[in-house]
Amino acid sequence: MNDNLIIAGKSYNSRLLVGTGKYKDFRETKAAVEASGAEIITIAIRRSNIGQNPNEPSLLEVLPPSKYTLLPNTAGCYSAEDAVRTLRLARELLDGHTLVKLEVLGDPQSLYPNVVETLAAAKTLVAEGFQVMVYTSDDPIVAKELEDIGCVAIMPLASLIGSGMGILNPWNLQLILERMQVPVIVDAGVGTASDAAIAMELGCDGVLMNTAIAGAQQPVLMASAMKQAVEAGRSAYLAGRMQKKFYSASPSSPTAGIIGSTRS
Amino acid sequence: MKVITVIVNGATRQIPDSTSVAALVEEMALAGKRIALERNGEIVPRSRFAAQQLADGDKLEVVVAVGGG
Repeated sequence: MNDNLIIAGKSYNSRLLVGTGKYKDFRETKAAVEASGAEIITIAIRRSNIGQNPNEPSLLEVLPPSKYTLLPNTAGCYSAEDAVRTLRLARELLDGHTLVKLEVLGDPQSLYPNVVETLAAAKTLVAEGFQVMVYTSDDPIVAKELEDIGCVAIMPLASLIGSGMGILNPWNLQLILERMQVPVIVDAGVGTASDAAIAMELGCDGVLMNTAIAGAQQPVLMASAMKQAVEAGRSAYLAGRMQKKFYSASPSSPTAGIIGSTRS
Repeated sequence: MKVITVIVNGATRQIPDSTSVAALVEEMALAGKRIALERNGEIVPRSRFAAQQLADGDKLEVVVAVGGG
């Protein structure tokens, strides 16, 4: 059965999207990305010669654009203007690549999205021909506005970036899922495999994560766990779960043909 | 030789007048590397590095791809 994730007209086998930050070295980054099976990977745009060794290979040599769909982000941007400038640089850096992850943050403590700036940046970027996958709060009204602007994927948080707190408000995600035509991808907050599975069981089209893998004791093993969780959650969603029957048990084995009692 | 002052990635830099963007990139040991460059808020395409001459007070951002989420 063909059950690919379609974003901006392009088809992907994997519904797990991963970040490339916080790994101890490029070797671990590469091993984790490979174990995750992800085809879309996020990267950040930073000033040259800030913490980079000029003799080391660049990230793009380790994870080449020919093999992965790179998703440059605007992490660290607190205004629409900075986010737009960052993605214009990304487009130049990646030879005209237009698929991007927009995130405009509200403050450095919570990293909660500033939706006012996010909406403004999304309008500019869409007008300039970018295909915008947008990180946002789990507010269904804002999500709809972002879709109406022309974003190609809506990416609500499950909980705060890097917190690993899991899905704090599945009801809001449900409201977003009911209203969106474009893919909904949970971005941020996943802590472990069950969180990813729950997101997929809710009907999300994908999950994007970084710290849950990079911050695990064994990142490569966790990357593999996340791959399986996303696949399992997706299958469970498609299979359609049984109805919950509160206070009403139902035996799994036949009730007829049970051997007779010895008590009179 | 006349010297001009430009700001590259937030740091002040003295360079000879009529230095091209390409020459600055070379001096930064970034020639041939995958970078993108913004001059006073506007992207300078790689194809125009050689043709563009820097001016006193220019603000440049030179960026690369790094790991991120």
